[in-house]
Amino acid sequence: MSEITLGFIGNPNCGKTTLFNAYTGANLKVANWPGVTVERMEGAISSHGQKIRLVDLPGTYSLNSFTMEEQVSRQFIISDEVSVIVDVADASALERSLFLTLQLSEMEKPMVMALNMMDIVAKRGIDLDLHRLQEILGIPVIPVIARKKRGLKTLLHAALHQAEDAKASNHQPRMIHSEEIKPHVMVYSDDIEQKIKAVEDLLPANTPRKRWVAISMLTADPEMKQRYPMDLSEIVDGQEANQIVNQRYDLIQDIMEEVMLGKEQSDTLTERIDDVVTRPFWGVVIFLCMMALVFALTFTVGDWLSGYLEIGIDWFTQLVGSLLTNLHASDWLINLICDGIISGVGGILTFLPNITILFLAMAFLEDSGYMARVAYVMNEIMEKIGLSGRAFIPMVLGFGCTVPAIMASRALESPKDRKRVMLLTPFMSCSAKLPVYILFSGMFFAHNAMWAAYSMYLIGIAMALLLAWILHWMDGEKGTIPLLIELPAYKTPSAHSVAVYVWEKVKDFLTKAGTTIFAASILLWICMHFGPSGYTSDVAISFAAYLGKGLAVILIPCGLGFWQIAVALIAGISAKEVVVSSIAVLYGIANVNSFGGMQLLHAELLASGFGPLNAYCMMLFTLFYIPCVAALSTIRKESHSTAYMFKVAAFQFGIAWVVTTIVYQVGSLFLGV
Amino acid sequence: MKTLNTVEIGQTVEVTRFDLDEATALRLQSLGMIIGTRITVLARKGKGTMIIDLRKTRFALGPSITDHIEVKYV
Repeated sequence: MSEITLGFIGNPNCGKTTLFNAYTGANLKVANWPGVTVERMEGAISSHGQKIRLVDLPGTYSLNSFTMEEQVSRQFIISDEVSVIVDVADASALERSLFLTLQLSEMEKPMVMALNMMDIVAKRGIDLDLHRLQEILGIPVIPVIARKKRGLKTLLHAALHQAEDAKASNHQPRMIHSEEIKPHVMVYSDDIEQKIKAVEDLLPANTPRKRWVAISMLTADPEMKQRYPMDLSEIVDGQEANQIVNQRYDLIQDIMEEVMLGKEQSDTLTERIDDVVTRPFWGVVIFLCMMALVFALTFTVGDWLSGYLEIGIDWFTQLVGSLLTNLHASDWLINLICDGIISGVGGILTFLPNITILFLAMAFLEDSGYMARVAYVMNEIMEKIGLSGRAFIPMVLGFGCTVPAIMASRALESPKDRKRVMLLTPFMSCSAKLPVYILFSGMFFAHNAMWAAYSMYLIGIAMALLLAWILHWMDGEKGTIPLLIELPAYKTPSAHSVAVYVWEKVKDFLTKAGTTIFAASILLWICMHFGPSGYTSDVAISFAAYLGKGLAVILIPCGLGFWQIAVALIAGISAKEVVVSSIAVLYGIANVNSFGGMQLLHAELLASGFGPLNAYCMMLFTLFYIPCVAALSTIRKESHSTAYMFKVAAFQFGIAWVVTTIVYQVGSLFLGV
Repeated sequence: MKTLNTVEIGQTVEVTRFDLDEATALRLQSLGMIIGTRITVLARKGKGTMIIDLRKTRFALGPSITDHIEVKYV
């Protein structure tokens, strides 16, 4: 069985990943803002007795790539890997999509157009003459609604036909106003065509896709100029690039006039929402209120649901305990399972409702179309610190998880901006830091718990902005990459994509509880029960105590000079939730997030001299210190530098230590501790 | 000579000249903004951060772009 490769390429936010998911059953993230997909993804299906490899590519407006993800798409399309190009176009923005279509058609490869979002087109009262569009482009044009899985079979059928037909790369486009066949969809003026021919003659005879290469040479494409070095001074006069682009748009205009029938109704929903959320000043206020609402829901609704989970876990702990006692299991085994594993993993599981609510809210923000507006709203503030509003998107994503947030920085044009965003994103309070905030603010700040936790989010943003400003000021360079982003039309978040988004995050969390947190709890239990003299029931002479005491010395100025806290913080580098699970294990608290568990831990901490100021410092330290292993390895992968990763880790530790020390020392003066 | 950042909300203008670095000009070009293209200003703030309608799609542009695009009223 031979294999066919279909490459999905198209403008950002046109539904390529939705289409890919529909075919492969994958659950790749989709959302309503440009730049969600930043790397190529592959999937395999079989149909009509063919093995088909599907490749989902990051969105791009043209083949002249500017950012890392656009480069990925260009390289794939240029390569010989792709058997059929599937040009995914947003039917409601056909005019803009056609620029890439014309460029792709010059590759002279088998190609089909998947005209997506046909439902939106119908809703807006536009009639598209698809039959005519297909004739003009000379390739099959298949209407699809990827969200509703409509038209998928037809699209695949058309693509397979193209793959089988040896002549499929010779598209058969017709003239716009007649049925005459043209040699190419895009026939330029005689002058340009002569120049294309002249360059083609200079290229080596075996050059693949000669016409496309020649056109790229005329438009001064840096990669092609380097690959085929030649003197074109006799042919070009420097005006070709402009003429070529203008002529393409002339044709696009003609095509639109020919195929678009019916008058488009404007999208009043988008107009009305944008009228409110993009106002100067108020836009920022609305954004902050929205984030406050997200966190308020996370704490209140999440805590209410957590209560039920705690009852379940309490019951489970007792059940396992009595079962093991009845089985006459040895004390150490009961201790390991109940105080080690269930306290650690179970304690963390009770935070699941809070995390679910947080991601549910994030999914709404991302799928509604608001996310891209944040870039516009924050642009002035971000420009003051040398970044564009676009750089704020990865930072907001950081409230969910640092790893995808760092990946999202690929959509930024300049490598310098990317590195800076990578450095700042970990200061955003991710979902894993949430349990630490909930636990410590719940124990020590009673009625003000939510405010204490919310202040972490604000301090995180403020610190990131302040650091960016300092770095910008030290850098001395004034030029910043300007804001340039598409604002997609708002839509009601799709229940399916929100469900998939939240489920993927919940799955990640459960996996983490079952792997990292599970392993960390066991490892910690071992460290607590073994010392230089072997097995011990006295934790004070265990390895954990020795290690913790050594490190606690450094943390004394921060108000965190307690060996248990030091151990929990080190363990927390594996995953931030582990800070909480470790504290549960270290203090031997079952169900740490429950009222009873909190009371017990609160009493123990108070007895050791750990008060509200220490608790606030603990939250601050967790906010700032070394990112988790997953975030660190993403930083290494994205920056291609292990040294940079260590620099980030050291930098964050330094910031955490300095800030917490200042807060603790100043706080002690005022509170007279 | 009028630049885009001075255009009021609701006005439609035609691009007459770009005074931008090549990369940004190319980026705008692939979004469909070339000399002669008509754009409508939908929102503006600060020194010229704007939301524009370009070929029926909304784009947000920073002031360092909008003050380097010369336009004329249509």
